[in-house]
Amino acid sequence: MLGYTITQWIFGILSFLAIMFALMVVFSRNPVNSVLYLVMTFFCIAGHYLLMNAQFLAIVHIVVYAGAIMVLFLFVIMLMNLNHDTEPKSKWLPKTIAIIAGGMMLFVLVGSLKGTEQLNLSSYGASQIGTVKNLGKVLFSEFLFPFEIASILLLAAMVGAIMIGKREIK
Amino acid sequence: MINGISINYYLLLSAVLFIIGAVGVMARRNSIIIFMCIELMLNAVNLLLVAFSTLHGDASGQVFVFFIMAVAAAEVAVGLAILSMIYRNVKSIDTDLLSNLKN
Repeated sequence: MLGYTITQWIFGILSFLAIMFALMVVFSRNPVNSVLYLVMTFFCIAGHYLLMNAQFLAIVHIVVYAGAIMVLFLFVIMLMNLNHDTEPKSKWLPKTIAIIAGGMMLFVLVGSLKGTEQLNLSSYGASQIGTVKNLGKVLFSEFLFPFEIASILLLAAMVGAIMIGKREIK
Repeated sequence: MINGISINYYLLLSAVLFIIGAVGVMARRNSIIIFMCIELMLNAVNLLLVAFSTLHGDASGQVFVFFIMAVAAAEVAVGLAILSMIYRNVKSIDTDLLSNLKN
């Protein structure tokens, strides 16, 4: 098909969708719409992970981001009753400056890629490093200590969130 | 699935997603949307880590992504707790109203 392989077609479509949904996250006025577009972006990124044969990360990405974090966002939006277009018209100057700064940053990042070597991810479909078995082995041997630290971090975050969120006891 | 994709396209995609997140953080005033843009930036970096991990055939990159997800979950939990506390005190989450330290 037009000289592209099926993998390249999937990559292109997923990238286009991810960028479109990301733009809509930033530019939609209703926070609930933003959350839903962000969920769609995460599904596109999970598709990219599947394309790179990182199955474990694709599943964890959907479960953690779309399943937990985005539900938390929606919960807070509903709690604060923000599900309407509350944001007042903001001034044009900060927006213009932000877009110009972002454009310049993009220019630098893309410009730094010019003339670099074209390395292909040629091990598509054959790569076994993303499977649950292999990642589990690496995680529980080489990265065992950081894994335990991460569990302590999550515990600390949970305690912190409860401490910050609770009302003062009189 | 034989013909691979150049790593440069992944670099471009990550750069674009990261910039969209950065512009969102700078341009929007709703704190929740700023939080979501931070998640977007984290995801751009995650995508690039997985791409390079596949390129080099090294599982460390994917383990890093796993840890980044854990840290992002912790960050969102604490951040949203702070946001709800701010909302309880100021009755708004507009970042322009949070200027108590300025004067």
